[in-house]
Amino acid sequence: MTPVLRRRRWFSTVALGISMLATALGLAVLAWILGTLIFEGFKGWSWTTFTEMTPAPLSEGGLLNAIFGSFVMTGIGIGLGAPIGMLAGTYLAEYGRRSKLTPVIRFINDVLLSAPSIVVGLFVYEIVVTRMGTYSAIAGALALSIIALPVIVRTTEDMLRLVPVSLREGSAALGAQPWRTITSVIYPAARSGLVTSVLLAVARISGETAPLLFTALNNQFWNSDLTRPMANLPTVIYNYAGSPYENWQVLAWAGALMITLFVLVLSILARSTAALFGGGQRGGH
Amino acid sequence: MAAIARPIHARLKREAGAESVFRWATFCSAMLVLALLAGVMISLIWGSWPALKTFGFDFLTTEVWNPVTEKFGALAPIYGTVVTSIIAMLIAIPIAFGIAVFLTETCPRWLRTPIGIAIELLAAIPSIVFGIWGLFILAPILQQHVQPWLIEHLGPWPIIGALFQGAPYGIGLLTAGIVLAIMVLPFITAVMREVFLVTPTAIKEAAYGVGATQWEVVWDVVLPWSRTGVIGGIMLGLGRALGETMAVTFVVGNAHRINSSLIAPGTTIAASIANEFAEAVGSLYTSSLMALGLILFVITFIVIACARLLLLRLEAGGNRRQV
Repeated sequence: MTPVLRRRRWFSTVALGISMLATALGLAVLAWILGTLIFEGFKGWSWTTFTEMTPAPLSEGGLLNAIFGSFVMTGIGIGLGAPIGMLAGTYLAEYGRRSKLTPVIRFINDVLLSAPSIVVGLFVYEIVVTRMGTYSAIAGALALSIIALPVIVRTTEDMLRLVPVSLREGSAALGAQPWRTITSVIYPAARSGLVTSVLLAVARISGETAPLLFTALNNQFWNSDLTRPMANLPTVIYNYAGSPYENWQVLAWAGALMITLFVLVLSILARSTAALFGGGQRGGH
Repeated sequence: MAAIARPIHARLKREAGAESVFRWATFCSAMLVLALLAGVMISLIWGSWPALKTFGFDFLTTEVWNPVTEKFGALAPIYGTVVTSIIAMLIAIPIAFGIAVFLTETCPRWLRTPIGIAIELLAAIPSIVFGIWGLFILAPILQQHVQPWLIEHLGPWPIIGALFQGAPYGIGLLTAGIVLAIMVLPFITAVMREVFLVTPTAIKEAAYGVGATQWEVVWDVVLPWSRTGVIGGIMLGLGRALGETMAVTFVVGNAHRINSSLIAPGTTIAASIANEFAEAVGSLYTSSLMALGLILFVITFIVIACARLLLLRLEAGGNRRQV
């Protein structure tokens, strides 16, 4: 073996070894973050965490009103975003297949998918909060629906495109109008794909904090009035983690663990329903 | 005949009516995506108009940010945004490249999927979790162990030394950059891995055939072949880093100052908005924060649009994925 070849081989081995170290580093950081989160988070998990309101500094309490608020706003956000997103995805995959507008809409949607979420918060503040004159749960839910929309549009389009053309042709041959083909043939055929898109969107918005900071704001008390500020887990975590009070910091970790577990379970569910539907089709983030 | 035809005719008519309603609904929903972009743009310009009118072009070049005297300039947040993103990219790109190479070349086949999923899980963790992890875990470690070393050993160096001056606060631009690097890592890795995988086996085999080592195949064949996609992935990660809010807000220090030192507290556009908007009093203050939002939106829009254009070519091959 010539010295040059030996050097090249040696270099190759070292470089690939470093790439392995890079992978180990990435996995180690993931384990570190999740490990810390589980360790610190469980310290704050007790019965009262789920049954009591957010406390004053240095007193006992839980996260009940924040959990409730997060569910309400995520629910309304998906309730607004999912139907519109699915219809838009349907246009891109079905009616607009040959339209010149479709690539433009798809492109803009992809850009919105990665756009900073805090800007959405500013947008909703400008169009809702300043008009209503108050921060409100409905403004927070609207901000979340705007974040969810591009996720659903894109996944819906991808999933509908996986439905074989022969199904559309078969339906059309029976004399069905396109809308009947879509609602009675294509949607059922793509059902688990559509479920995936909703799961991904819920996973995406349930951890979102930035768009809620100045739309839903926060509320130390129980509130079920949608036109008033409402507590929500991300904002409570943000406020409590930055506070000097130890009981608030413990609750922040507890809330962070809650959200992360919820999001990870949803992501895994989304991944498995997508695999079920597409036969190895990946539906990850 | 007519008795049968009438109901069928009515039914067909109803079907056609439903058809046009449904088609119209899908079209309007699709247009809403475009309207959303326009709406965000217009409302941001509208909201930041008072600030832009008062400060004009100076807004971009002034460092002062004083709510008391109502003097506002965007230079410090812009500087912080750029610096933290550069740090993030310097750390994340080589690691993402390493992971992508490992997963496509050396990793045993049965390990590829689990490791790939694990790395992608990083992307699913909410950004606020990175924030509190950075604040409570990473920052103290940097403060006690890493930053004193940097100050002592790199501080006295010419030129580079200016980057490591001052007291070790733990939080600051460097810490924010590191947290951002972890956050964008899965996005860059995913794209790199995807484009490495579509490199034709034939040209790799040809390279092996003429005696290239495994690394030479990666560096001289796979990387040049997938250059466009790699750059697209990097820009996508950059877009994320520029606009990331919560994680940065926790660890950047929130100081409207420009300091040559990387370990000094600073601020970014997104962090300033998150930190100050709800408490901002006075229309000029609010409007200045809106103007920051406008700048951020324009910058990230350009970066992400470029990334998507680069990646569009790959997606044309029916290889669309969600990142």
